[in-house]
Amino acid sequence: MNYSFDFSFLRDYWPMLAEGLVLTVQLALMATVLGFLLGTACAVASTSRSRILRGLVGLYVEIIRNTPLLVQLFVVFFGLSSLGLKFSATTSAVIGLTINIGAYSSEIIRAGIESIHRGQVEAGDCLALSRWQVLAAIVLPTAIEKVYPALASQYVLLMLGTSIASQISAEELTAAASRIQSDTFRPFEVFLVVAALYIALSFLMRGMFWALGQFAFTRRRRLGTPL
Amino acid sequence: MSPIVSFRDVHKSFGAVPVLKGVSFEIPKGQVVALIGRSGSGKSTALRCIDRLETIDRGSITVCGHAVSDPNINLRKLRQDVGIVFQSYNLFPHLTVEQNITLAPRWVKKADRRKAHELARDVLAQVGLLEKIDAYPEQLSGGQQQRVAIARSLAMHPQVMLFDEVTSALDPELTGEVLKVIEELAKQGMTMLLVTHEMAFAARIADRIIFMHQGLIHESGSREILRSPSTPELKNFVGAGL
Repeated sequence: MNYSFDFSFLRDYWPMLAEGLVLTVQLALMATVLGFLLGTACAVASTSRSRILRGLVGLYVEIIRNTPLLVQLFVVFFGLSSLGLKFSATTSAVIGLTINIGAYSSEIIRAGIESIHRGQVEAGDCLALSRWQVLAAIVLPTAIEKVYPALASQYVLLMLGTSIASQISAEELTAAASRIQSDTFRPFEVFLVVAALYIALSFLMRGMFWALGQFAFTRRRRLGTPL
Repeated sequence: MSPIVSFRDVHKSFGAVPVLKGVSFEIPKGQVVALIGRSGSGKSTALRCIDRLETIDRGSITVCGHAVSDPNINLRKLRQDVGIVFQSYNLFPHLTVEQNITLAPRWVKKADRRKAHELARDVLAQVGLLEKIDAYPEQLSGGQQQRVAIARSLAMHPQVMLFDEVTSALDPELTGEVLKVIEELAKQGMTMLLVTHEMAFAARIADRIIFMHQGLIHESGSREILRSPSTPELKNFVGAGL
């Protein structure tokens, strides 16, 4: 063991890492927000009375959960361009990641919805609320509150998963690292730095989800019950 | 004046099990009717049919002028006229007492924030829980939660209140505070249907008692029937309850 570490590449290459980091954050943020919306819509559809809607969501979820993320990204990236739709690698990555995380979000939120006592919906119905009002005011807020920790972990995993977008040439953090190490021949140091950055991002994200939870779930905040 | 609730020959089965086998009765405005009977006699089902939480197979139900058995009924109009309180309170856990009460007035009747707040204060005062206006359901006792549930229903100014075994989940000492609120409502002339196991309470406040047995109205009349039942089934039931 007489490996001598050399982190001097940071001096010249930090802007490239910073750009990659920014894109990673953007990918994660967009896929989280869009995936949450898609997942919520799918969860609502999968608990609806329509057999067709339930079937379609079931099919979507099964396909996504039983294929690798890398393959999904390739299908989106090459598929869209074969159909004549020209999207940048970044846009393709956002679409692919959203479709992926949407399926997982849908399953988590569906579990939340199904855990809600039927009496809650009945009480809403009996107060003359419409079906959508019951959903928006009662079912979704309580369902999402229940599964919030599971959702948050899933989105942190998604952020880590954005590294796969490097394979369709989206210039995020891992892609930047690959390029730097091929220039500097210092792969160990480069990926150590990148690993540290991912860890920092994970902790930052968890902190943000905690803060968002405190803001969104007033009751938990006021009564001090942990999520 | 037409009755607030009217059942005509109502039939209802769950699968192959008949639960209501031709039930007819009326509740005139201002009357308090207690529906009693053993578990499985169909009394809760009858109550739930009024708000169309269950649909019926045959016969007809009219509530405040709404043809409940009509498949094209405007459910939201019906449910603005009917208040219902359940055994399990069903308060919304993520909302404060005030938000629980004002949700429907604000979203359904489009009351503004200030008016809704006044409304919440009014109905909470009515059930004696004004000081709990900012509490969350989990901070309240069962009896208090049930009183909030009653207040929540009252906030929609229903024409009839339905109570489905509202004290069955409560300790005896908490039952009293809920029954007091219901009794107060009766005094104010609210039209009410109570499905209850509290025989003494029914005997005290009900204008009419309906005894259900095996999906049919077996005996009905003034509260006197509890003291001197004419059918052996009611005699048996009252005897077992005392």
